[in-house]
Amino acid sequence: MKQIVFISGKGGTGKSTLVSSLSILVQDKMLADCDVDAPNLHILVKGETLQKNDYIGAKEAVIDPSLCVKCGVCKETCRFDAISDKFEIIPMKCEGCGACALVCPQEAIHLEEVKTGETYVSGTSRGTFSHALLDIGAEGSGKLVTEVRKNINNHKKDEEWLLIDGSPGIGCAVIASITGADAVVAVSEPTKSGRSDLERVLGVARHFGIPAFVCINKYDLNQEVTAEIEDFCRNEGIPVIGKIPFDPSIVKALQEFKTPIEDGNNAVTNEITSIWTRITDEMKKLENIKRQ
Amino acid sequence: MKIAVLSGKGGTGKTTVSASLAATLPYCQYIDCDVEEPNGGIFLTPKIIENSPVKVLVPEADMSKCNACGYCAKACQFNAIAVVKGNVLVFPEICHHCGACVIACPNDAIREVERIIGVVEANADDTFLQGKLNVGEPISIPILRELKNRIKKDTTVIIDCSPGASCTVVQSIEGCDYCVLVTEPTPFGLHDLKIAVQLVRKMGLPFGVVLNKASDSSRLIHEFCESEEIELLMEIPFSQDIAKGYSRGILPVQINDLWKEKFEELYKKIERGAKK
Repeated sequence: MKQIVFISGKGGTGKSTLVSSLSILVQDKMLADCDVDAPNLHILVKGETLQKNDYIGAKEAVIDPSLCVKCGVCKETCRFDAISDKFEIIPMKCEGCGACALVCPQEAIHLEEVKTGETYVSGTSRGTFSHALLDIGAEGSGKLVTEVRKNINNHKKDEEWLLIDGSPGIGCAVIASITGADAVVAVSEPTKSGRSDLERVLGVARHFGIPAFVCINKYDLNQEVTAEIEDFCRNEGIPVIGKIPFDPSIVKALQEFKTPIEDGNNAVTNEITSIWTRITDEMKKLENIKRQ
Repeated sequence: MKIAVLSGKGGTGKTTVSASLAATLPYCQYIDCDVEEPNGGIFLTPKIIENSPVKVLVPEADMSKCNACGYCAKACQFNAIAVVKGNVLVFPEICHHCGACVIACPNDAIREVERIIGVVEANADDTFLQGKLNVGEPISIPILRELKNRIKKDTTVIIDCSPGASCTVVQSIEGCDYCVLVTEPTPFGLHDLKIAVQLVRKMGLPFGVVLNKASDSSRLIHEFCESEEIELLMEIPFSQDIAKGYSRGILPVQINDLWKEKFEELYKKIERGAKK
């Protein structure tokens, strides 16, 4: 199974719109949403939940007040200011490192496992779909992303493709989403912010040695910046696999829970179809290079 | 007063709103806490004169003292140390810099060394601050801590957050007096707004909503705010002109005084909201 991850650096460039459109056009695939902070794909890809699990993704220190003598050693040791003046753990600040438990002379502190989110696997008409929702304010996005990808592996049945909707940014969630993937598609937009963010996210793909392609969404919003992005990609040897026009009707269709494909938007449907052809062509080229 | 601007969903207009507020107010401090993808500087064009590395402490084993007992690896909750065949392997990128391994080592064989994970950049009077995580680094929290240590007292501070609702956003909005939640009228925008609302409610922070890319065809966000009794602070219409200006790094307030008045009005509403 070939894994393609859609990332962007900047948020709101159209990752989920593109992936949900491809989920209709591409056959023989599985789907995953690795934006566990703010997942959106399940809004457009509905199905029957096959599996729902709590995810225990972190630990938290607990102080037993009956053993605590308020000596203050734990508070001095904690580098995250997670112990209050009353010697209570502040859950939002505790990283679960256990340093306090190691230094407590009374052995009054222990670590407890905490739930950090929920994972879901659904059967949909477009293929098996894995996603998760991080608990509000929880840490460990990266670990939860890894769990979403593990769930896909546990349910695969010889599908040819796995399409992964990634998260914005370049940090732990993105790194966990792209590790071990066959390629990434960076969805960009022709704005100064979009361009700056694209360069950073392509840097992450390069850092981890993952082949990258670029798709420019809303390309006609600013042709000058689009040309700059194309120049940049040419210099870096990164294929630009498609350009989608700025079309307010895409947003209107989304407001009715429809992808541009379901909305009958022919121009955009043709462009997204051609993007997929380019992705498969580029993947074949990579295969050939590998074989040589 | 410290104002945080967040959104849940990316690309809804956090930077547009926070940078517009900063450009409208006569004096304030703007802090870009989206250290994975900072963009505020594109619009506010500050003169950066300081570029300070953000350092964290990671372990290093002194093999002349180490007997490969493995206590350090056992203590590390993040699997950042492994002891294999008498060798201590450290994975510095995933280290949380907590120092547990140092405490756990019975032979005093672990010392901590500095490692750079990003930078803090500032203009001459610290009225513009931004953090930048180095490419390939997963953990940004220490940069956010550094930024928040430099918050100015007795002035208005505007904090531009990263998307999402995880620990980085918690770190950014903690201690703020008011949160502005920026959203857009799509099912995605509403879904992620609900997540952001849960976060600020959990943290007990006063908040209101700015609806960006508003259109007559959707009442999605209006209905949600009404039913949840959330103040809708401002609407910015869906406009090709605003989008085109944004693409060139220009804010509506920088070309149109009418928008300046609207953002002054927004600031007044925030002030009132923070006092409630």
